[in-house]
Amino acid sequence: MSRVGRIFPELIRCLFSPPATVDFPKSEVPVPPDYRGKPVLIQEKCTGCGLCARDCPAAAIEMVEVGAKRPKPAFDYARCAFCAQCAESCRSDAIEITAEHHLAAYDKEGLRWVPRYEGTKEKPAES
Amino acid sequence: MTKYNLPVGPQHPALKEPASFWFKVEGEVIVDVDIRLGYNHRGIEKACESRNYIQCLYLLERICGICSHAHTTAFAQGVEEILGLEIPARAKYIRVIIAELERIHSHLLWLGVAGHEIGFDTLFMYAWRDRETVLDILELISGNRVNYAMNTIGGVRRDIDQAKREQILGMLDPLAERVKFYTDLVTSEPTCLARLENVAPVPADKAVALGTVGPTARASGIKVDVRRDDPYAAYAEIPFEVITSERGDLLGRAIVRLGEIGESVKIIKYALQNLPEGPLTVKAPRKVAAGEAVSRVEAPRGEDIHYVRADGSDHPERVKVRAPTLANLFAVGESMKGAYVADIPIVIASIDPCFSCTDRMIELVQSRTGTSSVMTWEELREYGIRWYGHGHRS
Repeated sequence: MSRVGRIFPELIRCLFSPPATVDFPKSEVPVPPDYRGKPVLIQEKCTGCGLCARDCPAAAIEMVEVGAKRPKPAFDYARCAFCAQCAESCRSDAIEITAEHHLAAYDKEGLRWVPRYEGTKEKPAES
Repeated sequence: MTKYNLPVGPQHPALKEPASFWFKVEGEVIVDVDIRLGYNHRGIEKACESRNYIQCLYLLERICGICSHAHTTAFAQGVEEILGLEIPARAKYIRVIIAELERIHSHLLWLGVAGHEIGFDTLFMYAWRDRETVLDILELISGNRVNYAMNTIGGVRRDIDQAKREQILGMLDPLAERVKFYTDLVTSEPTCLARLENVAPVPADKAVALGTVGPTARASGIKVDVRRDDPYAAYAEIPFEVITSERGDLLGRAIVRLGEIGESVKIIKYALQNLPEGPLTVKAPRKVAAGEAVSRVEAPRGEDIHYVRADGSDHPERVKVRAPTLANLFAVGESMKGAYVADIPIVIASIDPCFSCTDRMIELVQSRTGTSSVMTWEELREYGIRWYGHGHRS
């Protein structure tokens, strides 16, 4: 049952077919509509209950004091596992999972996001 | 003849159970194998005890990037058993669909790795190119290529709607065609036959005695499959065949894995066409009453066992995982006796322990004089290919 050259027709066909890879970053593979990328806080909806921080498996969410009535979630995208559990745990739909996935930054602080309190003009507490 | 000790390992970061193999070789023939486990212990089981059940799911998913769904299914099933929850039928079907997609992607990955280890890199490239189809389907359903995070306690997190269903069904048929081609190729191409046929066979009695599971056991003619023996999720309602081979050698394992891809395609099609309507989850309490459960799942590499003990709080008291590679390692060690040094890479790779991207250090120590020579995994692979290329054992 041994047959030499069984792969040859396949090899020849592949010589004339376009490459399977794309020329990143000039072009890129599109992400599907339900892609799990960067989680983003919609501040108007956030009640500051802290359910997202309690369920985050990577401890990427920290509740910080921003001068509002209750602490608000700050995201550390360097720790984030992109599991979207925070959006699922949120009772007020205040966390949106976006398709954003180009998250490279020059330093660790660039991957941290701290909410600003909309009620005053003071800068948010950096930690 | 002078005996050598040939240490391979212990660092295999791609493996779930990093192992060190000490081969005693006489010339080219392996006379004894000693397997040492316990390296690269990550403490995942202990870490589970300080996390709540939701967090545990994501932690356990990261035991292995390839069987990620198998681990979360096993854990979620265990917790659901303690809670006495019956998950909705739709969730059961979606769990099956993801599990079978994962099996296809794992087996195609294995085919590529096996091709690479025997020096058939064309097969490696083509198999991995076609594996992208499955990863695209998984990304379409779950939003991620690996670590799909589909399971939650009490059901699944995402639905498969009608549009996605049609799209997936359209992608499956070309994939099934490709798998047919690979089955034909592996069983007829002289390169594959020379390196796989009658190499390190595990006879049926030995396979049972050494406790093999999954494709490794089925390749020795043992009809064992958790999906059939102890149906979980929706497997009791879905018709499928358990693929076995009487060969016991490496070719048998390739035939079984490729045959299983065909069965998986059939299961996915059936599940997609018969997807029951209904909710995705039932509400699960955060605190789990005291109790314990053992849950079994057929992962791509074999039977995966999770033990969960709850104490009434929102985090487990104890979690224990037995992954399939542990069960298969010893049969492989045993089957190596009488094989050649050149066969080491492909025999270890034959149980699918994710050996692909590791570049290992191998030290050849002459036991009498104590002299040693160092080879990397890559050099050993090339040595094996060259050795066969020179017409040994032809």
